[in-house]
Amino acid sequence: MHELSVTESILKIVLKHAEENGAEKVLTIGLKIGELSELVGECIQHYFDYLSKGTIAEGAVLEIERAPIVFDCTECKHTFQASFSDTKDFTCPECHGAKVTLVSGREFYIKDITIS
Amino acid sequence: MADIRLIEIKEDILSDNKDLADEIRDTLGRHKVFMLNLMASPGGGKTSLIINTIRRMKDAFRIAVIEGDIDSVVDAEKVVKEGIPAVQLKTGGFCHLDASMIKLALNELDLAGLDLVIIENIGNLVCPAEFDTGAHKQAMILSVPEGDDKPLKYPMMFSVCDVLVINKIDYLGIADFDMNAAKERVVKLNPKIKIIDVSCKTGQGVEEWTCWLEKEIKTYRGSTAP
Ligand SMILES: Nc1nc2c(ncn2[C@@H]2O[C@H](COP(=O)(O)OP(=O)(O)OP(=O)(O)O)[C@@H](O)[C@H]2O)c(=O)[nH]1
Ligand SMILES: [Mg+2]
Ligand SMILES: [Zn+2]
Repeated sequence: MHELSVTESILKIVLKHAEENGAEKVLTIGLKIGELSELVGECIQHYFDYLSKGTIAEGAVLEIERAPIVFDCTECKHTFQASFSDTKDFTCPECHGAKVTLVSGREFYIKDITIS
Repeated sequence: MADIRLIEIKEDILSDNKDLADEIRDTLGRHKVFMLNLMASPGGGKTSLIINTIRRMKDAFRIAVIEGDIDSVVDAEKVVKEGIPAVQLKTGGFCHLDASMIKLALNELDLAGLDLVIIENIGNLVCPAEFDTGAHKQAMILSVPEGDDKPLKYPMMFSVCDVLVINKIDYLGIADFDMNAAKERVVKLNPKIKIIDVSCKTGQGVEEWTCWLEKEIKTYRGSTAP
């Protein structure tokens, strides 16, 4: 996995925005990561603690919001959530149609930060 | 106490990589070079498909290969034997290739003398899916012995690819692989994906694959400014 390079990117973006806003300290970092991504949240926090030492983001807490996997049914337009934890196939729970499109689950961005 | 302020960012975590990937596409565009990113599990058949592609296309297209395989030059040597330039990236231990590595590799190639660059990404169905390499199209291989449930286990990879090669179809019948179920699962994740059945061993389907690739290259050339 590539948590380290991802964490480096997060720190860089956070510091840029924090400095632009005249922050003395970064308190929290809100991330939005789709369920399709296999990133491990705890790993990111560990790497972050290590990489951010001596910066204004040292000690910041990462708050990861996982965006659910959502499908749209092409047949009946019903929108529904799915999970990949089991090998069950994705069919529309309303009409049992098999033609569905992925509409969410690939998110991968920094939502916001709190600074003081 | 200083007040706490909330700053909205909404910035893609991999935006630096994305910017560099766009820069690579600009550079390639100036030389009208098409780049394909080929991903698969270890042993899925990436090198075999590249060798088959080279044999069919090298008379009409000037090809180069970027090898990302972990700490070995075996695959690069196979490519060079076909009379094609190959750049071996030293990626020891890395799980994916990113735009900065591809930029280094492209520096080793004479873009003015090329039509097509194929990247053999690191054998892994998870990490390469998240990193834009600067390629124009994403291809992946699912090989029959890996099983028809792979789309359920690695949905991200299947959802980012433009084309899926189902390789080693010479194993169908021996392996417990439900072709229809596999394809149905893939199309759900990615309705626009093109699926091609191939055997790099018997050569079945290889022509359909190179036809797809040639058509993509032509479309790309038509879209780049003269
Ligand atoms: N039967 C059969 N074997 C194949 C086919 N394609 C590839 N192989 C074999 O599968 C093995 C792996 O193929 P490679 O092309 O080296 O796969 P790769 O994805 O490049 O592997 P790595 O670079 O090691 O990750 C080799 O022994 C190939 O000969 C196929 O269509 N049918
Ligand atoms: Mg190989
Ligand atoms: Zn429905």
